Amino acid sequence: MARYPSLADSVGHTPLVGLPRLSPSKTVRLWAKLEDRNPTGSIKDRAVLNMIRTAELDGTLRPGATILEPTSGNTGISLAMAAKLGGYRLICVLPENTSIERKQILAMWGAEIVSSPAAGGSNEAVRVAKELASEHPDWVLLYQYGNPANAEAHYLGTGPEILEDLPEVTHVVAGLGTTGTLMGLGRFFGDKKPEVKIIAAEPRYGELVYGLRNLEEGFVPELYDPALVSARFSVGSRDAVRRVRELLDREGIFAGLSTGAVLHAALAQAVRAVAAGERAEIVVIIADGGWKYLSTGAYTADLDDSEEFLDTQVWA
Amino acid sequence: MAVEVRIPTILRTFTGGEKAVHGDGATLLQVIDDIEARHPGLKARLVEEQGLRRFVNVYVNDEDVRFSGGLAAPTSDGDVVVVLPAVAGG
Repeated sequence: MARYPSLADSVGHTPLVGLPRLSPSKTVRLWAKLEDRNPTGSIKDRAVLNMIRTAELDGTLRPGATILEPTSGNTGISLAMAAKLGGYRLICVLPENTSIERKQILAMWGAEIVSSPAAGGSNEAVRVAKELASEHPDWVLLYQYGNPANAEAHYLGTGPEILEDLPEVTHVVAGLGTTGTLMGLGRFFGDKKPEVKIIAAEPRYGELVYGLRNLEEGFVPELYDPALVSARFSVGSRDAVRRVRELLDREGIFAGLSTGAVLHAALAQAVRAVAAGERAEIVVIIADGGWKYLSTGAYTADLDDSEEFLDTQVWA
Repeated sequence: MAVEVRIPTILRTFTGGEKAVHGDGATLLQVIDDIEARHPGLKARLVEEQGLRRFVNVYVNDEDVRFSGGLAAPTSDGDVVVVLPAVAGG
């Protein structure tokens, strides 16, 4: 169906496209699920619209409410659209070392931005948001890191869509942030096709982003259950940039930087399958397009310069 | 050749400020024990009774060891071990 009553209703049902030039053989193939085709251009529309729907149904979110959320960008952008349509006020806590486009888009949709310190990355955004929430008990913290409706969106949407479009799927590779995408997919395939491997690709940032005062300040999202993941890979900015350019050059897909990390992990799985002589149908989740990252220079600058610039940024 | 272990900023007090140290061993635990001999105190920040500490992530050649054997994850000369504190994404 290509006709919907409203923008929010058009979430999901994204295309799954083959990557014939990046696939190593006819029996080891890569497929890209284009989540940039969602209403605000990222996979987060799925989680956000489901979190809002759930909060409206259970009475947490009432007309005119103020929503508060820690986000490195996409969740905030999606919330900003949904808040505008739903008549809510939105306050996003955003690390100051995120790309300028994200702040511009949030402002465009009427969101208010509270900046959290660069050192500590999203950890600091979570801390600041929790502080603000305790000072303003009437504000609604949907809290993507611990909200089951985040993962549920992928159990109900992303997972079934993949299985319907590619029943022979063997691997699904996605970025690890809130862990919502991986948890929902892990649960769905655990129920429907448990042999499917769920692979997590985690961006490895520069030292500034890990700038904790002590290890006890570390953070693991409440949603995370490692039993739902088969393997987890850490991918640095250089590999992510290299791969996102490869995707652009060879397949014509213009994706965001986290996709570079996901593709890097997916290609490693493809190499393993070829070496083992096994068939593989590997789904790569493209979380968003590259538009919001143009100012980083990642698509055009010298690779060393890109790596150096991204070293201080929350780039995924 | 040995195994290179990259140390996060907050644990460099144990390595005299060094960003990376080297150790020998056929498993992650053996490498950590080897490094502990020269940098006492480091092991207790990484490992507790049940295994790795909750907010410590360790990767051997970029793969999270919690999915590849934990402290028994195999290591060999030339491998790179990265230690990172667990932080939020999203």
